[in-house]
Amino acid sequence: MTIRTARQDRGQHFRPRMHCFKKLEAIVVEMQDQKSGVKGSEQKLNVSTIPHVISKDVIAWIANKMKSTAETLVFGTMLVAYGYIYPLQNHKKLVMCNDASLYRFQTPYFWPAQKWVAEDSDYAHYNHLHELLNHKWDFIVMQATEQYAGKERKKPDRVVFDCQERAYWIVNRPPRRTHSAMDVGPERLIDPNTDENIFFQQAIMRSKVKSSVSLGLVKYITTYKNHDPFLAPCLPSNPWLSDNDSYWNLNMRVDAPTKMRVERWSFSFFELLSDLRGRDDFKVFLKKEFENLAFWEAAEELKWGTASSMSTKAETIFRTFLAPGAPRWINIDGRTMGLTVKGLDHPHRYVLEAAQTHVFLLMKKDTFFRYLKSPVYKEMQKKALNPEPHNFQSQLDQNAQNRSAGIHPIILWQQEEEEKAKAAAAAAPIDVKAMMSKIDRKK
Amino acid sequence: MATQEVQLNETLTHLKTESETLKTKLEEERAKLHDVELHQVAEKVEGLGQFVMKTRRTLKGHGNKVLCMDWCKDKRRIVSSSQDGKVIVWDAFTTNKEHAVTMPCTWVMACAYAPSGCAVACGGLDNKCSVYPLSLDKNENLAAKKKSVAMHTNYLSACSFTNSDMQILTSSGDGTCALWDVESGQLLQSFHGHAADVLCLDLAPSETGNTFVSGGCDKKANVWDMRSGQCIQSFETHESDINSVRYYPSGDAFASGSDDATCRLYDLRADREVAIYSKESIIFGVSSVDFSLSGRLLFGGYNDYTINVWDVLKGTRVSILFGHENRVSTLRVSPDGTAFSTGSWDHTLRIWA
Repeated sequence: MTIRTARQDRGQHFRPRMHCFKKLEAIVVEMQDQKSGVKGSEQKLNVSTIPHVISKDVIAWIANKMKSTAETLVFGTMLVAYGYIYPLQNHKKLVMCNDASLYRFQTPYFWPAQKWVAEDSDYAHYNHLHELLNHKWDFIVMQATEQYAGKERKKPDRVVFDCQERAYWIVNRPPRRTHSAMDVGPERLIDPNTDENIFFQQAIMRSKVKSSVSLGLVKYITTYKNHDPFLAPCLPSNPWLSDNDSYWNLNMRVDAPTKMRVERWSFSFFELLSDLRGRDDFKVFLKKEFENLAFWEAAEELKWGTASSMSTKAETIFRTFLAPGAPRWINIDGRTMGLTVKGLDHPHRYVLEAAQTHVFLLMKKDTFFRYLKSPVYKEMQKKALNPEPHNFQSQLDQNAQNRSAGIHPIILWQQEEEEKAKAAAAAAPIDVKAMMSKIDRKK
Repeated sequence: MATQEVQLNETLTHLKTESETLKTKLEEERAKLHDVELHQVAEKVEGLGQFVMKTRRTLKGHGNKVLCMDWCKDKRRIVSSSQDGKVIVWDAFTTNKEHAVTMPCTWVMACAYAPSGCAVACGGLDNKCSVYPLSLDKNENLAAKKKSVAMHTNYLSACSFTNSDMQILTSSGDGTCALWDVESGQLLQSFHGHAADVLCLDLAPSETGNTFVSGGCDKKANVWDMRSGQCIQSFETHESDINSVRYYPSGDAFASGSDDATCRLYDLRADREVAIYSKESIIFGVSSVDFSLSGRLLFGGYNDYTINVWDVLKGTRVSILFGHENRVSTLRVSPDGTAFSTGSWDHTLRIWA
């Protein structure tokens, strides 16, 4: 007869997430080497003398092995948390301390990567004796032998055995309200059946470039170096450090942006467009040549819009930008225009992709550079603020008490939507009939 | 039938050998172009100084393991989710909790803030991704307006809004990723190719915004075209599950973190791995990675409760941060790069700067 539990299997058989256990075990075995391992000694604990007790030497051994001191204490704590080493005093707290605390190596029988599961039935046995269970025979016999022969054993051995067993259960059945290293996330499923061959054939065909193209990564880092708050100080101050949110307020959609922000617009056309304040400035420069940017914005709205709005948006875009004689007709090559108009018969979210890319590249390669050389941009550079760095030495506590709540993003969003609606109404193609009837009515 | 079985086995072995030959050929092709390692290219770049990074805020309020978090575009608010089904929206700057929702399932492994700041998405063991519109009214019951968007056949591992509030990208334990229309719940595109659970995804920060990368239990990181649903690039160099993928700020590369205790950097144009971030003394898995604003620093949250900070160019570790009392499960840098946030199984979130 076998007893099944409905509990989730906490065994360590096929759990790739416990990849670390193999490495841990190898290291623990090394630590117990007679010659090069950690030296243990006999220690007096309460009334009995316990053999093979280790102490701070573990930390020194780890530091020596890893050739690094930064994470030795952490590593030691992991060994205790997973049950490879257990503390003799203060046995409920599974951490390694850099003091006179005493530890022992756990017997391999109780290591976490054993095949059998720490079942509730075993826990019940630990507390009370129950009837025999066929698949737990080894454990039962071992326990029974201990209990029977217990009186004949020397006290230190009994204490050791009790400690080992207790340590095992602290690791596998952690007391309430403690954190346990043995916690795992939900089960992951593995099913290695694939058809990869087509993919590999295509991959071989694909053109590749030399690795020195990774120079691009270096270039990006060098360009943005002074704009990275972890590498260069934010002006006036990093809000998380000074408890003052001026930095965020100065970088909203304000009239006068900061010098750093204006500099960042020059890094790439994408940066300029991504910052709405930058986009505003670009629009000022474009003045009358506005249709390319407006088309790009409309195409973005289509791409990221709801599925149900697709056909109405496509129609509006056609009427405004693509139809012959449209109020904001965009100047793209005949072929792209032909493809796009044809695609608009059955509009889908990527129908404007070709036209949008064409317009974007045009702006990126020509208009953007003209903008950077224009008086509009140069004015902006002059006007831009260079905030003085904050010096809050004495004021930090005060700042922490008075952290401002800022504007809620929902409110900002509502404001922006209102502005967008106003701009759209102002820019919409004029309905001549409606205009004429209005004039007639006025008469 | 016995003969059918024999035939099937033969086809399988034939396919397997073909697969192996192709794999070797691909590696040879890639190796032909390999000329320099990233740290060699970066030799002339000056080294980094000492860093003083500390916990600046500790957010307490979750009653169980924190599994995921995401920043709002306003650079100060975050949404976090935990094992007990709670999803909390915080103003991390003031540490005030602004909204709280209780999901009808446990293990909410994915959560995301909408670009507008007006909604959050979350999901987990319920196999769904739901969107909750946020409200300025503190007394409003957010669960009433909940919208069920994505439906998978297994747990939801990650979710992300695209450039607007109208679409969500999800990844699942059922081995697929999917793009959904939020308003209608319609499936717009599905992405098949992983051989096991997909654990993470990240959208490319490019001008076109048409690709994303995903990582899974099959040790593969795949790059997908959102329009066609095709896998356009694949990388398999990790030795265990890939828990986290994140694009480099320029979009030309991405980093991954895995249970094999390493973080790796893959260059998309060179189509290969260009750096490994690992140390012999680090043997516990990486749960989450993210870049600093310039891409010079790579932050990794590990299962040994620590955070390691790597110099992306030189490949060395510049700092190790302590503080959490259980594994770090999630890590994100804020949108303006002024800080990064970590969530842990010790029930707390920390903001570091």
